[in-house]
This record gives sequence, structure tokens and C-alpha cells, in this order.
Amino acid sequence: MNVTEDSTEQSGNSLTRELTQNPLKKIWVPSSTNGLPDRHISQRKVCMTNCPTLIVTVGLPARGKTYISKKLTRYLNWIDVPTKEFNVGQYRRECVKIYKSFEFFRPDNEEGLKIRKQCALAALNDVRQFLMDEGGQVAVFDATNTTRERRETILRFAEQNGFKVFFVESVCEDPDVIAENIVQVKLGSPDYTHCNTEEAVADFMKRIKCYENSYQPLDEELDGDLSFIKIIDVGRRYLVNRVQDHIQSRIVYYLMNIHITPRSIYLCRHGESDLNIKGRIGGDSGLSAKGQEFAKSLGQFIQSQNIHDLKVWTSQMKRTIQTAEAVGVPYEQWKALNEIDAGVCEELMYEEIQQRYPLEFALRDQDKYRYRYPKGESYEDLVQRLEPVIMELERQENVLVICHQAVMRCLLAYFLDKTAEELPYLKCPLHTVLKLTPVAYGCKVESVCLNVDAVNTHRDRPSVRLTDTQPLSIIITLQTLSSFFINHILGNPDVL
Amino acid sequence: MIIYKIPLSSHKFQYISGKFQIWNISKIPQTKFPENFRKSSRPQFTNCPTMIVMVGLPARGKTYISKKLTRYLNWIGVPTQVFNLGQYRREVLQTYKNYEFFRPDNEEAMKIRRAYASNALKDIASYFTKEQGQVAVLDATNTTRERRGVIINFAKEKGYKVFFIESVCDDPEIIEANTMQVKLSSPDYENYDKEEALVDFLKRIDCYKMSYVPLDEEKDRHLSFIKIFNVGSRYLVNRVQDHIQSRIVYYLMNIHVTPRSIYLSRHGESELNLLGRIGGDTGLSSQGQKYAKALAEFIRGQSIKDLKVWTSHMKRTIQTAEALGVPYEQWKALNEIDAGVCEEMTYEEIQATHPEEFALRDQDKYRYRYPKGESYEDLVHRLEPVIMELERQENVLVICHQAVMRCLLAYFLDKSEDDLPYLKCPLHTVLKLTPLAYGCKVESFYLNIQAVNTHRDRPTNVNVARKPEEALQTVPEHL
Repeated sequence: MNVTEDSTEQSGNSLTRELTQNPLKKIWVPSSTNGLPDRHISQRKVCMTNCPTLIVTVGLPARGKTYISKKLTRYLNWIDVPTKEFNVGQYRRECVKIYKSFEFFRPDNEEGLKIRKQCALAALNDVRQFLMDEGGQVAVFDATNTTRERRETILRFAEQNGFKVFFVESVCEDPDVIAENIVQVKLGSPDYTHCNTEEAVADFMKRIKCYENSYQPLDEELDGDLSFIKIIDVGRRYLVNRVQDHIQSRIVYYLMNIHITPRSIYLCRHGESDLNIKGRIGGDSGLSAKGQEFAKSLGQFIQSQNIHDLKVWTSQMKRTIQTAEAVGVPYEQWKALNEIDAGVCEELMYEEIQQRYPLEFALRDQDKYRYRYPKGESYEDLVQRLEPVIMELERQENVLVICHQAVMRCLLAYFLDKTAEELPYLKCPLHTVLKLTPVAYGCKVESVCLNVDAVNTHRDRPSVRLTDTQPLSIIITLQTLSSFFINHILGNPDVL
Repeated sequence: MIIYKIPLSSHKFQYISGKFQIWNISKIPQTKFPENFRKSSRPQFTNCPTMIVMVGLPARGKTYISKKLTRYLNWIGVPTQVFNLGQYRREVLQTYKNYEFFRPDNEEAMKIRRAYASNALKDIASYFTKEQGQVAVLDATNTTRERRGVIINFAKEKGYKVFFIESVCDDPEIIEANTMQVKLSSPDYENYDKEEALVDFLKRIDCYKMSYVPLDEEKDRHLSFIKIFNVGSRYLVNRVQDHIQSRIVYYLMNIHVTPRSIYLSRHGESELNLLGRIGGDTGLSSQGQKYAKALAEFIRGQSIKDLKVWTSHMKRTIQTAEALGVPYEQWKALNEIDAGVCEEMTYEEIQATHPEEFALRDQDKYRYRYPKGESYEDLVHRLEPVIMELERQENVLVICHQAVMRCLLAYFLDKSEDDLPYLKCPLHTVLKLTPLAYGCKVESFYLNIQAVNTHRDRPTNVNVARKPEEALQTVPEHL
């Protein structure tokens, strides 16, 4: 093919780049002349800003900065934006070993100020390493950052390194909220292991006082050029200034949807289905007899829990809807909660998949999170599909979500901060309800098995896997195939 | 357990045979939903009608925001309507003399203004109760606390939620640009020349300025509102009550007024296109490859600043983008509608193997979901993040597919659900959309590369019992 006049450096001539489909993710990529995939790929998940972003919390102690940092970090990692939080308090604890009293934080404590500044700089150093060398995309710098001077230091640091900065300030004067914060997270802090409750509270209040005098909140006028969100009174009011890009816009949207009202989220799968019994994946079958029994038990369980204002959500597949019917309250159907689409493998048994598509079967075990069924979906796709569900779950209070195995794994991974590696192997057995209750910085999980028998549909990560070779040149030896058979039949749930 | 399959003719429930139905098996009264609720792919979470009340001096973008927001809400399936007081005024007064009508000491005018404002509220009530509207946007200045009080009381009485959107702007350049773009061509100033119109309009703004009481963080802290400063550089958000208000805030925070253009095009003609088969994941035909080259030339000719290029995950759009020689991003959300069991079939084959499905699709092409596939309605929900990101971006070229392009176009051109599935999006044609005044200018560029026609109009007979010839009446030609 001739080189056209206006060729750019990207491709010598238009359309000489052949497309090959990455066998794992089923993504079409241009391949260079030797038939291997090119480095180029922009696959849109979240707009990867080319610039890493530094999120900086601002606020007096006990205003929820660490709560927000951890939650935001968990959310961003779940939607596949590599994020890490850097809590300066932790650096301080490593430096000072034993916390004596609030005196450390007195503004006239020279020694204390020196150490605190060092800790902040050490944290910023680690931030730089994470964002530049470790492939991090967002770093959350969790500290009080209550003075303009400190924030200036951070801005200069960011500018030098080419990071964008977004401030998240939490302002709260409600004494009840502050007291509750202290009880929930401060009393259990390593700082106060040697104190009793009254002493701890008294000391902590004095600690807050140390910051109060020098606190310079972000100001619309004076800080008009900075990008920030001011969260006032735990979300009653927000002031948002100069959102620069997509990721900041998503962060603002997320922060505006979360709340701290106590509530519980119940996750469970549909009752055992006819296809479950046959060991077939996917499809849209109805409940088996045991499944119907479970649905009734679920109804009873929910009644007994006396949940205030419970919302019930299902997918648009028959088995979840039949389960919800037995609970006896109005429910809402979400297509987004439908089970992962297994494409050409829909309604097959694992043995059949192994027979008809051995390569696919192997690839799936190689990287179960990113593997996309031919004409189907991957766990990665599922997460993207479930993002609006998570956003709405954050907005809501008590919710029961009746869904499916892969879907439940994704939702659970969000709440329990599981990695992409762990997510596809989380155990979500039939006929078991998980009750998730936010507590302190995390989530308490109570597992309630409703004592109705069901088949096991969990398939562990097999011990024998193909080693990582170039996707286009995987060769399956007879030996490997046979050991595959053994592992997969042995590793398989009981089937009829 | 009885499973009710409710026929299409009753209300707006949907009957689809095959595996992926919208199951209506409820023996439980779904008391939340009004009589004709539609089960869409996502719960709408709007049980209470909501009034959105604009606040701000003239030329602050209230009508722009009202119309854009309404277009967005309707597109995502929330029935919304704008009630513009300026329109009510024009209907009552017939001709506009001058700014004197707006003087705060003009008693007679005040009476008239209160009267038609009250009519607007009555119409809003009627929209909610008789027309199943869910959101009403009251587009007026509403600059005094007294007027807002009247609205709040009205809403409280009726059980509507209220959300205020205030636009505050003191940049004289923006105000002048607004005035030039939309005011001077208003019916009010038909008989004025440009300078006179501008002078009169500025006096009109002055009439409001003196009594203007903006929403206040303290005094209005019990109200739900968003204050937009200087076209979005800053926002103050207070007491967001529910899901729809949260979506509205997110949307408002993502839109901008920077001039830009959005280019929509389908992939080049594909091998399956030639055979008249739908869906699939084939490569470009030779004509399609020619188109890709022509598209590259066209784009270069447009000299677009900082163009972003988006494709789907399907081979044909990516091959088309490859020809451009610039980086592009792949979005799975831009994939063509999933035709489920009908993937890669011709319309003749669908008629032969699934005649009932084929008829149902013609009856309600927007809501019809292919067995194991998707509906246009599902597509719209899938495309919502794409639209949100398009709003954030500036110059973008989207290389996508027929059904997808119809959905995107319907958003920009405010097409209804009935029109959407029949919008004409031929191959080898680029649509250039440029926001202008309250709408969108469309320029269509056919790049002169022959392609098959893939557009199938609604046939006259959509009855399930029709003959095959009647069903296939409008199928375009293919190999």
C-alpha cells in the first residue's frame, strides 16, 4: 500500500494497521507488522487524565476526613482508578511511637511542629513515588491541612511534579456529629489505647482546640483559583469550585451522594434455580423447589429483622423476581443487576465449555476479572454496569438487593474493598444473606445462612493454569488438557 | 405462581415472548407506581412530582438551562416540561411595547404579571395530574423572596417537591453575549433595530435589579437549591433531597457554554451491511474502507482544535478510526444495540423465524427488546455516561452505529421516543452538531462514497397476523 501524503507518525499509511482481537478481553487492537498487538490502546473505562491527581483533605480533627478519604479511595479503586490514601497521622505514629497527650499538637510546641512537618513531607514523598513510579492515578493526602501556608506547600509540590490538586474540605459545627465521630473512631485509635474513655475524649477535645486558632478554611474569594469542594454539615450543603476534569467531576458526584445515616444493606442471590441444579450457567430459568423454599424463608427472615423502610431491588431475570415476590413488599427491577452475560457459553455446563471452547476456558482462569466471554461480558464490564447501582445504594438507606453470583461478587468487592484479583473468587453461596452495616471506617458483615439446601455454584481458582504467554501463541499440550480435565471435574460442584 | 403476560395494547405494559421479558408477575399491588407505569431498565425514583424553579436576572441563562435540562430529563425517560413565563406574557399582551411594562411601580402591569404567573402554576398542576408529568421547570426570574414564597406554598399544598436553580452572573461580556444570541431575536424585539433593542433590554434588567434578593445560604437554608456562579466556575448546593435532584445537580455541573462541535458518524459500510444482516462484528467492506479514508480527509479539512475521537469496541468503528491516524478511545457503551437471538440475521430471516417478534418490534420500536438482547430504551440508559462526558468535552468525533447514533441524535435534537428509532442515520454521512442559541445547528456531510441503505421505515401493517410481504414492505435492498 502506498504511503498517503498526509500520513502522521501514528500510522505510516491509513489502514495498514491490521486489527487483532485480544483473546482475553475481546478488544480489537491494531497490531504492528510482526503480528503482535501494538502498545497503543485507549480503552475507555474512566477518563484517564494524563495528569495524576492529588486529593487533599482539609478540616479540623473529627470532621470525617479519614472516613471520606478511605471511602473515596475504595470507590475509585473499584471503578479501576488506581488510588491510594496517605494518612499523615500514621506517619506521625511511626515517627513518635508513643502518643503522650494533646501537648504534641500545641501550636507553640517547636519540637512537635518540626516532627509534624517532616511527616507531611515524608508522606508527600511517598505520594510522588506512588503517582510517578507505581502507576498510581489518584493519591489522597489525608491530613488537617488547616493553614493556607501548609496548603501552599502542597500546591508547590504538586506543581513541580505536574499533579492536579483537588481539595476536599469538611466543615462541621454540630457537636453531636463530632461527639459521635470521636466515639466511633478516635477512642479506638492507637493513640488512646492506654486511656480510658473520659480521658481520651478530654484529650481529644483539647487536641481539636490546638488547631482551631490557626484554622483558615477555604475561601470563595481568597482561594477562588483553587479546585475544591467544601462539604458543610455532613452533606447538608456543598460549595464546589472550579472542577477541572472528568475524574474531579465524578469525585464531586460521589461525595454528594454519600451519607452517614446508620443503615444496613442486605445482599443475597435468587433462590436455587432449575439451571443451577443442572450445573448450567446463565439463562433465565425459574426457581427450583428448594429455591421457592428459600424465597419463603427469606420473606420470614426479612419480617423478623423489622427493617425500617426497606427497599427491595431485583434484576430483570425471572429467578430474582420470583424470589422477591415471596418477600411480599414492592420491589424495583434493575436491568443493571442482571447476571453476567456468558455470551456463547450461556446455559452450558463447565464441562461443555471445556469441550467446545478449551482456549476460552483456559483464558478465563488466567484472568477471571478481565476475561470477556465471546459475545458476552467480563467482570470488568459488570463493574462498569453496576456503578449506577452502587451510586444509588450510597444514596439509599435500608436496601435488600436480590441478585446473582457474579453481580453479588462485584457489589461485595465494593463494600469490602476487595481487589480485582480476589473479586471473581469471593464466596457468594446460594440461600445465604449477607448483612452489611457500615461501622467506623469499614463495613461489618453478618452472614445468615437460611438453612435451605442448595447446590454449590462456586468454582475456585484452579491450581493448574497456563503460564503467561503471548496471547496469540498459546499452545495447549495434550498433557495440559488432560490435567485440565482432572482439575475441572474435581474442582466442579456436584452436578446431576 | 401465575405469570401474567400483559398484552401490549393495555396501558404501556409490554409483552415480549422469549427469554428476556419484563416479567410482570406481581400479585403484590405495586402501589408506588401510577397506573400507567412503565417498567424501564432502571427505576426512575420519582414518586413525587418535582418543580424546578429558576431564579435570576434576565440574560443569566435561565431559559438555556431550562430547555437543556428538560431535553436531558426527557431523554433519560423522566417526563418533563418547561413553563416559560415570558411566553405566557406574550400570549396575554400580544405586542411588547417597551421595558416600562417591567417597572416595579407599574401597578397595572404587576396585576397582569401576577395573573399569568398564577395561570402557569395551574398549568403545572394540570401537567402533573392529567398528563403524568414528573418534572415541571418554571422558567421565570423569581427574583423576590415573596414570589418564591408563593411558589413554595403552592407546591406544599399540592405535595410537590421544589428545587431552585439560581444563575448568578456579573460578567458583562457574558451578559452581552447572551443578549445578542437570544434576546435581540426574541419576538419582543421584532420591530426594534439592534441598538434600540439592546438599550431597552438593559433597562429591563435594571427594573429587576433593585428588588432582586438572591437565594441565601443562611436565610434559605431549608430550601433545596443550586446556585450557579459565572456559568459554572462555582456552585453552591443546598439540601439535595432525592435521586432526581442529585442527577440534576450532576448534569448542571457538567454542562458548559464553550463553543464547540460534535461530529457523529457511523462506521464505514461493513461486510454484513452489504448482505443486509444486522449486528455482528465484521470488518469494513471496500467501500467502507474508502469512506474511512474520506472521513480522514474531511476531518483534516475541518481543522478542528483538539479533537477527541471515540469509537465502540466493534471492529468496524475501530477500523474507521484507524484511518484517521489520531489517537482514539474505545467505549463499550457505544456498541451497537444487541439483537440477541436475531444477531446476524437478515430481516427476511427474522420474519421467517420470529414473525411475532418482528411485528411486536414494529408496534413499539423504542421499547421492544430483542429476546436475549436490548431495546432502544436500554440503549439510552447505556449511553447516558457517554452523553454526560460529551457535555463535559469540547470537540469530539463519535464513530458509532445506526441505533446508537439515533439515540445520541435524539438527545441533541430533542426527538421523542416515537421518532427516535426512525431517525435517518445513513452510512457514509457525517453530522456536525453545533450548539446555537437554545438548540443545535445540524450540518450534514455526505462524503460521496456509495453505500447500501440500512434504514427500514415502519411498515403500514404492524399486526402480528400480517403477511410476510407486508412485514418486509420497507426492508432496504441488499445482496
